[in-house]
Amino acid sequence: MVAHRSLTRIFAAPLVIAIVSTVGLISALVGDGWWDAVSWVALGLPVLLYLLFLWRRRPN
Amino acid sequence: MTATTKSLRRWGAVHKWTSLICTLFMLLLCITGLPLIFHDEIDDLLHSSVKPAEVPAGTPPANLDHLLTNALAHAPGKVPHFLIWDRDEPGAIWVSVGPTIDADPTNNLLIRMDTHTGAYLDSPDVTGRFTYIMLKLHTDMFAGLPGKLFLGLMGILFCVAIISGIVVYAPSMRKLRFGAYRAQRTRVVRWLDVHNLAGILLVAWTLVVGFTGVINTWADLVLKMWQFGQLAEMTAQYKDRPVPTKLTSLNGAVEVARHAAPGMTPSFVAFPGTLFSSKSHYAVFLHGDTPLTSRLLKPALIDAETGTLTDSRDMPWYVSTLYVSQPLHFGDYGGMPLKIVWALLDILTVFILVTGVYLWLRRRKAGVSVERAIANAASIDNPALTS
Repeated sequence: MVAHRSLTRIFAAPLVIAIVSTVGLISALVGDGWWDAVSWVALGLPVLLYLLFLWRRRPN
Repeated sequence: MTATTKSLRRWGAVHKWTSLICTLFMLLLCITGLPLIFHDEIDDLLHSSVKPAEVPAGTPPANLDHLLTNALAHAPGKVPHFLIWDRDEPGAIWVSVGPTIDADPTNNLLIRMDTHTGAYLDSPDVTGRFTYIMLKLHTDMFAGLPGKLFLGLMGILFCVAIISGIVVYAPSMRKLRFGAYRAQRTRVVRWLDVHNLAGILLVAWTLVVGFTGVINTWADLVLKMWQFGQLAEMTAQYKDRPVPTKLTSLNGAVEVARHAAPGMTPSFVAFPGTLFSSKSHYAVFLHGDTPLTSRLLKPALIDAETGTLTDSRDMPWYVSTLYVSQPLHFGDYGGMPLKIVWALLDILTVFILVTGVYLWLRRRKAGVSVERAIANAASIDNPALTS
């Protein structure tokens, strides 16, 4: 068993992802072109991470 | 029992009950919302429409009075309520007509006109369309304003479920690394991991889409507030005037409005006597040209008897909030790639809902309450659950 993790450690990654998502949600509102691209990447990140974590540990 | 454990149990109970109450409706909203992300593409695929005339760039638009006359020729006995420039198809303008000026505009006939020639294109009956049925199920479940407000309430529960979910995520992850997926374990453990992972990854998106959805359910109330607030204020001196018998030129009114708001583009015109105007005015609503300002409308009121501008103001904050919340709910503000990302996030939300229900059912069967399982992370490894 791993030792108990602190709240800071538990929420560090989720916080970063939430901030990146928020940037993505806003950027496409601000402008077009590159601003749109930023939102695609930033909001695509959670989907990508989801697939990555599941794929990495899928049983054979 | 420590105070922390007690408080966590309470959060666990909040998460369980808010989720359980709204889940069925959230599933409906996610499933009907998915095709709505692509409603333009689906409509184009399923329904043919008359194409506007091909014109060289820079061709001036047709005179609106001429266009309106042509439209009304196809709707004998009807009166115009609104003239709407198509957001996505610059070659088309919609004229919304009803049996009388005070008839409910949701039952209006929509006539599609050619922007440049002013000719009639078609007047599709959208109410039988797949996208229309999805939209009705998504916004009010065919139950009008009560249905809308009910779904808004479910949306609020959804937001509370997300926030309480963040709280109960912590004890669940005390012994696990971020993104842990225990692939070798039984289904209940695997699905708990999937639920936690997708839930925490999507927090910002689900909260924003959930809450902007709630704001949208208040649209009718916001309109009423604006009508009795700013609009009433702007037209106060016209309150006791008789309804004008002969209306001045629509084209002229739009020109005056354009002039009053330089750099802005007309979005729609409300005819005198409709919800969006007074009895004596054309209300021309204009929008800006950035992704954000194109959502913000500014009304210019034109005296429908004299054709002069009487007032033009920015809309109050509560209307602006509604308009800004719309793209954030629809995901239609960043091209096709954003729509696809929106759809993927929507599908992941369905996973969160389904795994959540499964975990509740499974834990109930195992006789371990979800609160206790959350308050005591070790119970996740309880043999009673993993058998």
